[in-house]
Amino acid sequence: MTKQTKRRVTFGRIISLSLVCTWLCLAAFPFIWTFWGSFKVQSDFFSKADWMNALWGTNTLEQTGSAFTSSGYQGAWVIEKFWENFLNTGIVVLSTVVVSLTFGTLGGYALARSGFRYAFWILMAALVFRAMPHITLVSGYLLPFFEWNIWGHLPTTIIVLVAINQPFTLWMLHSFFLNIPKDMDESAMIDGCSRFQAFRLVIVPVMWPGVITTGLFSFLLAYNDFAVTAMLLSEENETIIPAINSFLGTTQVEGKVMYAVAAVVSATAPLFVLILFFQRQIVSGLTAGAVKG
Amino acid sequence: MKHRAFFWFILPTLAAMTLFIALPIVSVFVQSLYVQHEQVLVISENCGPFGCKQSTSVDIAATEKLREEAPLGQFNGFGTYSNRSHLAFAEVGAAWATSDTIDAFWDEVVNLPFYGALTFTLTYTAAVTPLVLLLGLAIAIGVNSLPSILKGPSIFVSLLPFLVTPLVGSLILFWMVDSDGVIGAIIQLIFDDPNLSLKASAALTWTMLILYGVWHTLPFSFIVFYAGLQTVPLETLEAAQVDGATKWQRTIYVVVPHLVPLISFVTLMLLMDNFRVFEPIVSFSAEAHARSLSWIIFNDLRESGNPLYGSAGATSMLTILGVVFLLTPVLIRTWRDFKGAGR
Repeated sequence: MTKQTKRRVTFGRIISLSLVCTWLCLAAFPFIWTFWGSFKVQSDFFSKADWMNALWGTNTLEQTGSAFTSSGYQGAWVIEKFWENFLNTGIVVLSTVVVSLTFGTLGGYALARSGFRYAFWILMAALVFRAMPHITLVSGYLLPFFEWNIWGHLPTTIIVLVAINQPFTLWMLHSFFLNIPKDMDESAMIDGCSRFQAFRLVIVPVMWPGVITTGLFSFLLAYNDFAVTAMLLSEENETIIPAINSFLGTTQVEGKVMYAVAAVVSATAPLFVLILFFQRQIVSGLTAGAVKG
Repeated sequence: MKHRAFFWFILPTLAAMTLFIALPIVSVFVQSLYVQHEQVLVISENCGPFGCKQSTSVDIAATEKLREEAPLGQFNGFGTYSNRSHLAFAEVGAAWATSDTIDAFWDEVVNLPFYGALTFTLTYTAAVTPLVLLLGLAIAIGVNSLPSILKGPSIFVSLLPFLVTPLVGSLILFWMVDSDGVIGAIIQLIFDDPNLSLKASAALTWTMLILYGVWHTLPFSFIVFYAGLQTVPLETLEAAQVDGATKWQRTIYVVVPHLVPLISFVTLMLLMDNFRVFEPIVSFSAEAHARSLSWIIFNDLRESGNPLYGSAGATSMLTILGVVFLLTPVLIRTWRDFKGAGR
């Protein structure tokens, strides 16, 4: 009996370990492969003859004299001026994060401290807004934005991304502020602070862990967005994600797919660094909504 | 909190959401009631030595003027909703009347743009969500039993597919499964068919997109469940062990019930995110075989030179209705909880 139980345990363990190993390989391999391949020429990375070429760089060696080439990166960053798109992304993402956190902390705090029925309805509306595909909203923006002549500019996109970000930010900060004891700001108000003073002097100093976590997700939403930025930005104001997409259209014809590969690797790099430094905050943020139910 | 203070605190976020989420929904609805102007045609008569000929030409200036005066187009009521590209009542009715079997009827309906996209979106959502829930739970239990030095790195690696930009992540996978890529080449080798391409058939394209969806969203359920596993009460587990429960029984009867509230949260998030599937179709250029609701809206808006705002608006309204329908159970439950808490 004991023997049987023991064997069963080890068998289950082997299955679960091999599942974990398979998953980790599946998760990491595409990134490693594409990173490695981005330093090869196209005939190696998309090898018609033998996929092993991408590992050893047979054609890369033939064409450039070395097993690694940075021509993809040079093509993307210098010739196709990818750095301009990177700059635009920097502006859009940074402004979106700052504005949406400002709006979100104020709103989230108010919702967490108000027991009235309308607070509940605002949260419910936010949930529905959060679920709506972004592209459905974009189709409502285009005509008015063309009419008012504000289509294509960075500030327009920033405010739209802020708005799309609000439902999520509100929910996240609302549940975070619920965890800060009410007594803290209420005792400050008994001491004669106004509501805003209590918020600024008592709540602001202790809210940063929650704000940083929420900020990471606002960053990801703005950085990863394709539907809004692709439809609302003119060509000279394009951020990196729509730029990569329009890259594909033009480069495949000219046989410069490696530019796109290099651009894709460049676009992944900031996310990689982000996870490296903020892994704990990201994990706690993902589960924050869950704990509250 | 007093009403007044609440108002000032909530004002910025409420203004942003009203202006850029609520009003656009109204604008989408209004848009969907109009169709774009038809081109103004001029019929002119050319008389020559061999008699008179009538020729039709487009009056570009007049068309432009019309478009400028009324950019919304002309009023069409609910006509756009019922036309062939959307709910297609006439076509569905005709298909019902002419086809003998349910299968034949279904084949015809799925060929209509809206129903085709709806079918793909729902299939994708219904396939990805349970797969991700199950695998995420299994991997969370697996990682939880790893030595603690390996836990951090495995979470780091797992976060990559989830946080990577969807367009970029699906491109990375697409380049690998493309017939010249490494996975594509290996698949050709296995099946010994040099012309095998994952893009060739609808079934393979759908499978590819669903596998991408699992790859992309699995880390989310894994991490939430993993965090949930840290809070399983040890005493209950030990008590079960004392009672002679095997590891499998402990998982099924102690761990899983503890995670049930998390499961409903993860399901809700997954449903919302999977229903808007869009980027992988662009990256995989899979539109020949698989179109989602988001993709057909995008396509209408991208219609070069002459975007179909009315058509995009109608599809958007139908999609929003779909989302509300999907969320109704959650909304009702939350409302009950709220009322219960209030008493």
